[in-house]
Amino acid sequence: MTGRCGCWGNVLTLQDAAYPAALRTIADPPQRLYVRGTLQEADHRAVAVVGARRASAYGLAVAEWLGQELARSGVTVISGLARGIDAAAHRGALQGGGRTIAVLGCGVDIVYPPEHARLMVQIIEAGAVVSEFPPGTPPLRHQFPRRNRLISGLSLGVVVVEGRADSGALITADCALEQGREVFAVPGGVFAETSALPHRLLQQGAKLLTTVEDILEELRLPKPPTSAAASAIALEGTEAAVYAQLSLDPQHMDVLALRCRLPVAEVARVLLGLELRGLVRALPGQRYVRTTVET
Amino acid sequence: MLARVRSAAVLGLEAYPVDVEVDVGIGLPAFTIVGLPDAAVQEAKERVRAAIRNSNYQVPARKITINLAPADVRKAGPAFDLPMAIGILAATRQIRAPAAPNGTMLVGELSLDGGLRPVAGLLSILLGARSRGTRAFIVPEPNAGEAALVDGLQIHPASTLAQVIAHLEGTSPIPPLRTAPRAAASPPDDVDFNDVRGQDHAKRAMEIAAAGGHNVLLVGPPGAGKTMLARRLPTILPSLTWEEVMEVTQVYSVAGLLRGSGPRILRPFRSPHHASSTAALIGGGPGPRPGEVTLAHRGVLFLDELPEFHRDVLEVLRQPLEDRVITVARVQSTVTFPAAFMLVAAMNPCPCGHRGDEKRECLCTPPQVARYLRRVSGPLLDRIDLHVEMPRVLPAELTSVPTGESSTEIRARVLRARAIEQARLGGAASCNAEMTPRQLRRHCRLGEEEKAFLRGALERLGLSARAYDRVLRLARTIADLEGSDGITVAHLAEAIQYRAFDRPLRLLG
Repeated sequence: MTGRCGCWGNVLTLQDAAYPAALRTIADPPQRLYVRGTLQEADHRAVAVVGARRASAYGLAVAEWLGQELARSGVTVISGLARGIDAAAHRGALQGGGRTIAVLGCGVDIVYPPEHARLMVQIIEAGAVVSEFPPGTPPLRHQFPRRNRLISGLSLGVVVVEGRADSGALITADCALEQGREVFAVPGGVFAETSALPHRLLQQGAKLLTTVEDILEELRLPKPPTSAAASAIALEGTEAAVYAQLSLDPQHMDVLALRCRLPVAEVARVLLGLELRGLVRALPGQRYVRTTVET
Repeated sequence: MLARVRSAAVLGLEAYPVDVEVDVGIGLPAFTIVGLPDAAVQEAKERVRAAIRNSNYQVPARKITINLAPADVRKAGPAFDLPMAIGILAATRQIRAPAAPNGTMLVGELSLDGGLRPVAGLLSILLGARSRGTRAFIVPEPNAGEAALVDGLQIHPASTLAQVIAHLEGTSPIPPLRTAPRAAASPPDDVDFNDVRGQDHAKRAMEIAAAGGHNVLLVGPPGAGKTMLARRLPTILPSLTWEEVMEVTQVYSVAGLLRGSGPRILRPFRSPHHASSTAALIGGGPGPRPGEVTLAHRGVLFLDELPEFHRDVLEVLRQPLEDRVITVARVQSTVTFPAAFMLVAAMNPCPCGHRGDEKRECLCTPPQVARYLRRVSGPLLDRIDLHVEMPRVLPAELTSVPTGESSTEIRARVLRARAIEQARLGGAASCNAEMTPRQLRRHCRLGEEEKAFLRGALERLGLSARAYDRVLRLARTIADLEGSDGITVAHLAEAIQYRAFDRPLRLLG
């Protein structure tokens, strides 16, 4: 039985044929699933990308890159629409032209956090926003750990990109293990607090992830037909010099100017040019990072 | 018997003549002052009485009536002490001379021992009286420094009541003051731009601000050096002209802040605390006194912790930023003070202050940051051309760099740019920040390529439409600093970097 629920999406019950098969296999599947957007047959090939809300620029770049690569490989990207890693993963999948599903800890008619209103609309167009909570349910603290079991339940594997030792991503990883899903972890710097959780997961036997192929092979998913021969970024002169100094670590304009031995006014101009071409991102405090890991 | 002495008072920055009429007649002993005196004028009775007695003269036990004419304007302050004392002595024939020979004007506060104390606003009184044809003055000696700035007058500085009497009787005339030389050569300020290590981006922004007269907003965590940088802005601005020196000195004279010193040659720097009231900022009191915006006239007004200022305090800054003057209306009077200042405001990037800091973690949520930033949006932000983001911790690489350029070097470039601007704009507007919309359209024409670039950039970065004019204005100044006639893509690109508040996500990250 598929019923409309106001104007806020569809309701799927456990008895519905359209109810995601993967969710039937977990210990306590929700009786009802509220869906905005569409769930497709192809969504059984899904991987969750989760992590900290307060993430580093490195973590955000990795999450976005993973989302994009997974989308290009025809894998649906699942996450929780939270700030930080979650949002970056969703955005990456959208940029990669693939499908993405956001599992909420509140009703599907509520945008939380509010600044993700636009992102949510895009996700509904290119996938689905789902929740086990009826529309109108406010985002309460205790609902988010429950929501995490659905993120892992809908996926074949869970990638933990970043997280502090007590991060909520730990719950998702635990659920994944209980549900028999694969757990992948992205390595970070030894001293990086934000990578404490993935490092611990690695010690406990999670799969180390350095390329998307690591996921595809482990989950026996088909690799994309054309291996991404990413067009090299063609830059000249001062643009090349400034771009060469940039990395995924945020750097202030003054530092860049010093390293490039260029006047700061010149560097400011070049950085704006690079930003307009989508190659760098400006962070608060006049700090800059590359947008892609590819060189 | 009647005596009449000429004096003057100040309203706003303007002086008006006051006649002090003294009548000593028959009746019960009394001392009455009429002509709308305020408390300070009423208390003159006691000072005048004691000063006369201690100068070895007598206050007769008769009915003394003093009228301050015109009688319908409220009189304030102790500057009428001296004319009252001389008036009483003349009316009782204790001095053998006309009280006001050749229309001499008397101003001064008396101390109980007969000494003369300085008065506020003497410069305004002298300038006002000169334009009305008065030539001779007797002023307190401690005011001699400012009095010497006015030429074409006979100004006799006196330190005691006895000296004034001796001068009037001709027994020991006081030689007139010599006019001070127009020392426009500014003495070295005790701060310099090369005190600031690193922060090249922010320094560059300050140079552009100085060159175009643009207002600046500095955004950075505590300890980034926002105050340090703002304090040094006056050192790279053009020196004050003599007319400007007189304007500034007159303001400080009226505010009673001159303290016996000579002219104010350096550009003022004022940094009122964020708990300041509206009256403290724009000026107030019954006979309004100048506020911080006027004390910053021809200089820099620095508002630290901008979001902490009360909303209506920031609201009143709109008029001076737009019209370069501030009008203070009171029941008694409405006065207009000059307020042509450059605004430098500073704020943290978020409530906790650590956003964008590499070493410390910011725990503010995006909505909290957004709310904080919104507190400075609106009409005030509209009048700030440059938004500068400053980092706190400087990597070792930066702190080890050699000292940067000195204020003198930067000022030389600023002066060149200002000369270009003045030649282009002529007359009314003297720098790019003061360009009218019409002048902006005429002097900031863009080529097709530049137009396309600017439109594309605004759209791509999500800049609001009102940013367009601001970017043009800034790009004009950047081009002038380079001595370039036309505005190029490079100038526009740099200008856009200073419009962080126009970009919805730039400060939120």
